[in-house]
Amino acid sequence: MDNIINKNSKVSDIGDNYAEKYGFHDPEKYFHKSPRGINHEVVEMISRMKKEDDWMRDFRHKALDTFLSKPMPKWGNTELLNSIDFDNIFYYIKPTEFQSRNWDDVPADIKNTFDKLGIPEAERKFLAGVTAQYESEVVYHSFKEDLEKQGIIFLDMDSGLREHPEIVKKYFGTLIPPSDNKFAALNSAVWSGGSFIYVPPGVDVKIPLQAYFRINAENMGQFERTLIIADKGSRVHYIEGCTAPIYTSHSLHSAVVELIALEGAYIRYTTVQNWSHNIFNLVTKRAMAHKNATVEWVDGNIGSKFTMKFPCVYLVGEGAKGEILSIAFAGNGQHQDTGAKVIHAAPNTSSRITSKSISKAGGRASYRGLVKVFPNAENSKVSVECDALLIDGASRSDTYPTMEIDAENVRIEHEARVSKVAEEQIFYLTSRGLSEDEARLLIINGFIEPFTKELPMEYAVELNRLIELEMEGSIG
Amino acid sequence: MSDNNIVFAMHDIHVEVEGKEVVKGLSLEIKRGEKHAIMGPNGSGKSSLVNALAGHPNYVITKGEAYINGKNLLEMDATARARSGLFLAFQYPMAIPGVTVANFLRSAVKAKHNGDDSALKDFRKELMDKFQLLEIDKTFATRYLNDGFSGGEKKRIEILQMAMLKPLVALLDETDSGLDIDALRIVSNGINASAPSDGGVLLVTHYQRILNYVKPDYVHVMMHGRLVRSGGSELAFQLEEKGYDWIENEVFQIAEV
Repeated sequence: MDNIINKNSKVSDIGDNYAEKYGFHDPEKYFHKSPRGINHEVVEMISRMKKEDDWMRDFRHKALDTFLSKPMPKWGNTELLNSIDFDNIFYYIKPTEFQSRNWDDVPADIKNTFDKLGIPEAERKFLAGVTAQYESEVVYHSFKEDLEKQGIIFLDMDSGLREHPEIVKKYFGTLIPPSDNKFAALNSAVWSGGSFIYVPPGVDVKIPLQAYFRINAENMGQFERTLIIADKGSRVHYIEGCTAPIYTSHSLHSAVVELIALEGAYIRYTTVQNWSHNIFNLVTKRAMAHKNATVEWVDGNIGSKFTMKFPCVYLVGEGAKGEILSIAFAGNGQHQDTGAKVIHAAPNTSSRITSKSISKAGGRASYRGLVKVFPNAENSKVSVECDALLIDGASRSDTYPTMEIDAENVRIEHEARVSKVAEEQIFYLTSRGLSEDEARLLIINGFIEPFTKELPMEYAVELNRLIELEMEGSIG
Repeated sequence: MSDNNIVFAMHDIHVEVEGKEVVKGLSLEIKRGEKHAIMGPNGSGKSSLVNALAGHPNYVITKGEAYINGKNLLEMDATARARSGLFLAFQYPMAIPGVTVANFLRSAVKAKHNGDDSALKDFRKELMDKFQLLEIDKTFATRYLNDGFSGGEKKRIEILQMAMLKPLVALLDETDSGLDIDALRIVSNGINASAPSDGGVLLVTHYQRILNYVKPDYVHVMMHGRLVRSGGSELAFQLEEKGYDWIENEVFQIAEV
């Protein structure tokens, strides 16, 4: 990539910043906004507005009971977790009455927002389908007709539930039941929006599908729900991005994502998370890979105040493969608590976890990982690589890797490294005429290159730009 | 600096590393088109000198003056020194994982021209020419800078950088160490082809053999942080023949008289 040092060759010279580019907010002209706080009335109202069947309404109410009775996790950054004021959050905001298939039908404010974020442009250039969610609902959705004709289903989750209840019923909440964790329970109670994808047997979705999530209101809670099913021998790549305005008080994003890769299928799920620094991002992501199927999570966490996210793959069929490639960037006041989970539950399965984190200006990055190999998962392969880069002495990186290997003949590779940007590297680059800022950026971009090279070009450019933005003013 | 013919000059340079003085008052002038060699035994302060001149933060110049093309070198940071035309070929080049040789060089060429994109107009062609000059396989363009390179490969890449960045004054720190005889010839050709006619080369080495290819106008012998003798290229041959002890003894005896 040649974008590392572009027109503005000094980090401190870069004029734009998060506030201008992503941190703005629109006036609230909503179709419906629920009162603050969470109770059975709110859940009932959401389900009623969505005209849901009884089974989903009951599911929500039961999930709320689970949420209310479940204690906060006693691990991780409990101080931050306990600071969440659930009574202060808006759990459901419906910005528009209807969903549009044409950008011209989207209200001007909202359309402008997505224009600024470059979504319509990306759609024209290289996407097969787009979902744009604003607060609780998908306000825009499009999908190429020829793909629809191949039997591929790409809908927002609410429409998916309405139009394909038999598929949804079969898989929804099977990988992540509400009882899984407190935030999965909360999501199950108040979920709204997200994507529903079904790819028929043998179909290859050659260009990526994308969803973009935008929070606009202060103290908003966004709880999208995504379910992707890749039938036998099919292939799909899904990308999600997210941003929010900057507010002084907190908002909550708590998604649940379930992926099912049936025999021989391939799913790649790419995330570029760029929430503003007032968002709590507590997300549960899990995938099941059947016989000879492959699931890849490509997970980039740049924004948010606090993220807890550990994408997981269950390898349940012989020969299944799972890969989790993640980067986390923790700046001032941020804690990125991210990692990966892989469960080997069949023979000849393989997994690879590559985690890279960058901490600067007092930011904290934690890697938390679990690899479990059951006794029947013979001849499996496990590879875990964790790399942490500290930009300065004030920043922090922790690694909490767990491995439980109960099978024979398992090949395990595990590496963990913490490094600092070496003075010698900086000197080497400055002796070639680069400024210290440019030198640091080049080293950082090199550090995350294994990640960026897996992104579609447009996203790689964007990611490097984001890092550049985050590095701004941090030096000296 | 009034003499426009002098491209590089230093006067009474003192260098400290971790509080210890390793260069103890060294003066040298390089005229345009000249090549100078500093030879000396290990620990004589040669590498400290060139690292300090290039602006390494751990090598502190505590006293003295240095000028490149009439500009005060010691008022500049490493970046500004490089942009003024100074170049250091490292004895132990650093690896920058994830950054390809081509992208690094593109960034460096642009940075050297203060971010001017037009400096990159013929970049690709020039890069390929220089690859050819240094007999480097083209695949190195997309390999990560010095990451997993052999010692000899790193040295070629250093001179490739010199060829691309076209410095006014090149400091070469033991560029010959770790090279076999073929590589030595290739790297030397690269140095000769890249040496600026209006600039200068200061080559630091332990051995005479590179001087068979890169012919110096002057040879200086450095010991215990000082230049103890200067002469023409014949001095290098005498050293090769008699060893550093020969000068050590002579200098020592003179000092005793």
